[in-house]
Amino acid sequence: MPMKMWIRGLLLLALLCLSACHHGMDPVAFHADGYPPRLSDWHVVEARDGVLQLNQGVMPYELNTPLFTDYAHKLRTIWMPKGVSARYNPTDTFDFPVGTIISKTFFYPLPKGEARNATDIARTYDTSRDFSGQGLNLANVHLVETRLLVRRANGWVAIPYVWNAEQTDAMLARTGDVQALTLVSDDGARENFNYVVPDQSQCASCHAHDLTTHALQPIGPKARHLNRDYRYADGDENELAHLVRVGYLTGAPDPADAPRNANWMDSHASLDARARAYLDINCGHCHNPKGAANTTGLTLDITTAEDRHIGICKPPTAAGQGTGDHLFDIVPGHPDDSILPYRLSSAVPGTMMPELGRSTVHQEGVALIEAWIASLPGQCVVIH
Amino acid sequence: MRKICTLIATALLLAACGHQQSATQSQGDVSFEGQLEQQLLDAKPGSVIDIPAGHYSLKRGLSLRTNGVTIRGAGMDKTVLSFRGQVVGPEGLLVNADDFTIENLAIEDTMGDALKINQGRNITIHGVRIAWTDGPKTTNGAYGLYPVKTQNVLVEDSVVIGASDAGIYVGQSNNIVVRRNRAEQNVAGIEIENSVNADVYDNTTTKNTGGILVFNMPNLSLAGHSTRVFHNKVYANNTGNFAKKGAAVASVPAGSGIVVNSNDKVEIFDNDIADNQTASIIISSYFSTNYYNTSGVAADYNPYPKGIYVYGNRITGGGDSPDGLKLKTLKAAVYGLTGKFPDVVWDGYADPKDLVNGLSPPDDRICIQDVNGVLDIDGPHSYKNPSTDTKAYQCTLPKLPPVVLNPEPKV
Repeated sequence: MPMKMWIRGLLLLALLCLSACHHGMDPVAFHADGYPPRLSDWHVVEARDGVLQLNQGVMPYELNTPLFTDYAHKLRTIWMPKGVSARYNPTDTFDFPVGTIISKTFFYPLPKGEARNATDIARTYDTSRDFSGQGLNLANVHLVETRLLVRRANGWVAIPYVWNAEQTDAMLARTGDVQALTLVSDDGARENFNYVVPDQSQCASCHAHDLTTHALQPIGPKARHLNRDYRYADGDENELAHLVRVGYLTGAPDPADAPRNANWMDSHASLDARARAYLDINCGHCHNPKGAANTTGLTLDITTAEDRHIGICKPPTAAGQGTGDHLFDIVPGHPDDSILPYRLSSAVPGTMMPELGRSTVHQEGVALIEAWIASLPGQCVVIH
Repeated sequence: MRKICTLIATALLLAACGHQQSATQSQGDVSFEGQLEQQLLDAKPGSVIDIPAGHYSLKRGLSLRTNGVTIRGAGMDKTVLSFRGQVVGPEGLLVNADDFTIENLAIEDTMGDALKINQGRNITIHGVRIAWTDGPKTTNGAYGLYPVKTQNVLVEDSVVIGASDAGIYVGQSNNIVVRRNRAEQNVAGIEIENSVNADVYDNTTTKNTGGILVFNMPNLSLAGHSTRVFHNKVYANNTGNFAKKGAAVASVPAGSGIVVNSNDKVEIFDNDIADNQTASIIISSYFSTNYYNTSGVAADYNPYPKGIYVYGNRITGGGDSPDGLKLKTLKAAVYGLTGKFPDVVWDGYADPKDLVNGLSPPDDRICIQDVNGVLDIDGPHSYKNPSTDTKAYQCTLPKLPPVVLNPEPKV
C-alpha cells in the first residue's frame, strides 16, 4: 500500500475516532431537578485529554456584541433534547422548550511567554486560541467558571460551576466564588482584581426578566445577538440559519430579514450602532421597561428612543454617589459631564454600572460610550 | 511500517478518546457568609432565617428572591452584619420578594444601599439598624432602608445613621407606614418619593441635612400623592449636605425640617419641629432643584406642589441661618441681618394653568395654619419680590384618611 493511502486512512481513522468521541462521552443529561455536584454530570462540555470538548448536539455560538466580564473570553453552547425546538421571536429571548441547556464557560488565554500559574491570565482580544469548532485547547487557557441555564418544567434555573485548580472539572458553586486574579497585558502591564462568580441569586439580578414573577430568561439567545456568522467545524454559517438547519429553531426568517446588533468593535459599523449594541447587552437586561432598573426611568435596551428615555438630559433618580457630581445621565457632546460614562468608569460597588458582573473597568467600552456621547447633538438647558 | 501506523492510530485514539475525571469535590464556603447565602438560596415560603447574636463580616452583597421569608436577628445591637471592605455589591441585602419580614438586626457600612427591596408586596421592616459607622461621608451608601415599587409596607422601630442620600427612603410604592424610627446624620432623614398613601408618624429625625422629605421626581411610572406627616420630632437637622451633586437630595439646603417638593396632597400636622436653621417647613417645586430641563423631563410631569396642608405643629427656633448664599442674602434683605425666616418658606411656583385671580383651585391650594409666618421667596422671578403676605394660605383642605395596612403585618 502506498504511503499516501496510509496517511489518508490514518486521518480517516482519526476523524472517525473524534466523532466516536461524542459517543464516548455519555449522552447529555438533562437533570429535571436538583443541583448535580459536577459540571461533568451534565455531559454538555467536558475537559478531556487537555481539551474542553462539546458533546454531540451541543452547538457553540457567539453574540454580535457580548457582555463585558473582566476581559474574560466565553464559550457559549446550547443543547436541546431530540424532537423539540425553540420558537423564534424577533425581539425577545427565543421560547425554548423544557430540557434546553445553555452553557457559558468563562476563560482566559494564558499570558504569552509565561508559565501557567494560579493567578496570571491574559488581557487580550486575541481569540485565536479560543474554541473553533474543534475544542478548546486547555494548554492555552485558564478556565474559571461555567454557568448553566437549564430550562426546567417550572422555568429557567441558573447553576454556577467553578473549575478546579487541575482544570479537569467544574464544581457546583451555588453561593458563587471570589478569585484573586491578575490581568497581564501584552506589554506586561498587570492589574490585580477579584474575579467574582455570582451566587445563584445574583444570577437573577441580570436574568430575572420580570421582577413580579421572578422568572429567569437567557439574555444572549435573541435574534439580534445571534444574527452573525460563526466558524463551525464544517465551515462558516449564520448562527440563526445554523440553528434552523440543525432543528433547534423554528419560525425564523431569513437572517437578512432578522434584526441584527452591531459588533461593538466593528470599525465599519456606525458609532451609534456600536454604542447602542454595547448598551443593549451590558445594560438593557435591567434597564428596560420590565427590568430591575425600571425604578430609574432610564432605559438602555436597543429599542429605546434616543431622547430622555436613554438618558439625554435626564436627571438621575436614585444614583446616590453614582452621579459623580454630574447633573444628567447624558449631556450631549460632553461625556465628561455625563453620569453614564462616570459609572462605567468606576469599579466601586455602589457607584459602578453594571452593578454586578465585573470588577475591572472596560477601558475600550468606556471609550466607545464617551465617543458616542461626544457625537450626540443638542444641549441640556436648565429652566427655572 | 504497518506497526508504526497502528501505533500512531492507537495513540490518536487514546489521546482523543481517553477519559480523565477528577474526584475532587468543592468543599464549598463554610464561613458564615456562605451559610447565610445558602440559607437565602434554600429558603422556602414560610422559612425563618434566624441569625444569632454576633458581629459578622461580609464581603459580598446578599440577595433573596423567595416569597414569604423572614430574616430575624437577636437585636439591632446584637446581630450585626458588617460590610466594611465589601468587594461585591452593590447592596448589603437585595430583596425581590413578597411577604418579606426583616427584624432585629443591623447592617453596617455597605458600599451601596444597605437594604433594598425592589418590587414586593407586604413588606415589614422592624427593629433594623442601618449605620455607616464613620459618620456622614459622601462615599457612604446612598439609601439605608429602601423599599421601591412595593405595596403595603411597614417600616418601624428602626434606626438609620449616615446615608449619603436618604436614611429611610420609600419610593414608587403604595400604602406605606413609617413609624417610630430614628434617622440621624443622613442627607435626608426620611423620604417618601413618588408614592401614594403614606403615613409618617412618631419618628425622630435629627442631625440630617433635611428631616423629612416628600418628593416627586420626573420620568417615573408613579406620581406620588397623599402623604401624612404627623406627630414626629424634627429638630436640628443642620448637617451640611454631603450628597453628590446631581442627586435629588443634593438640592436640599442644610437646616431643612420638613420639605415637600413637587408632591401633592401632603398633610403636615402635630409635629414638634425645632431649630432647623434654614426653615422648619419648606414647600417647593422641581424648578428649584436646578435639574429641570425640557428635553430631560417628561412633558406630563407635574412639578407643582398641590393640596399641601400644614396645621397644628409646634414649631420653635430655626430659620436663623439658612444654607447657601441666595437664601442668606434673601433673609438679610427681608428680615435684616439678625432676623430669621418664618416657620414656612415657599419657593413661589404655582401652576399658571390653574390660577384664577391669582389663586389655585380650592383642592390644589397650599393651606397653612398655626405658624408664625410664611415667606414666598418668588423663585419664578429669581427672588425679586419675596412676599410675607399670608392671606393666600388661610384655607383648609379635606383631611386625608389614615393608611390601613392590609394584610396587617405579622410583627
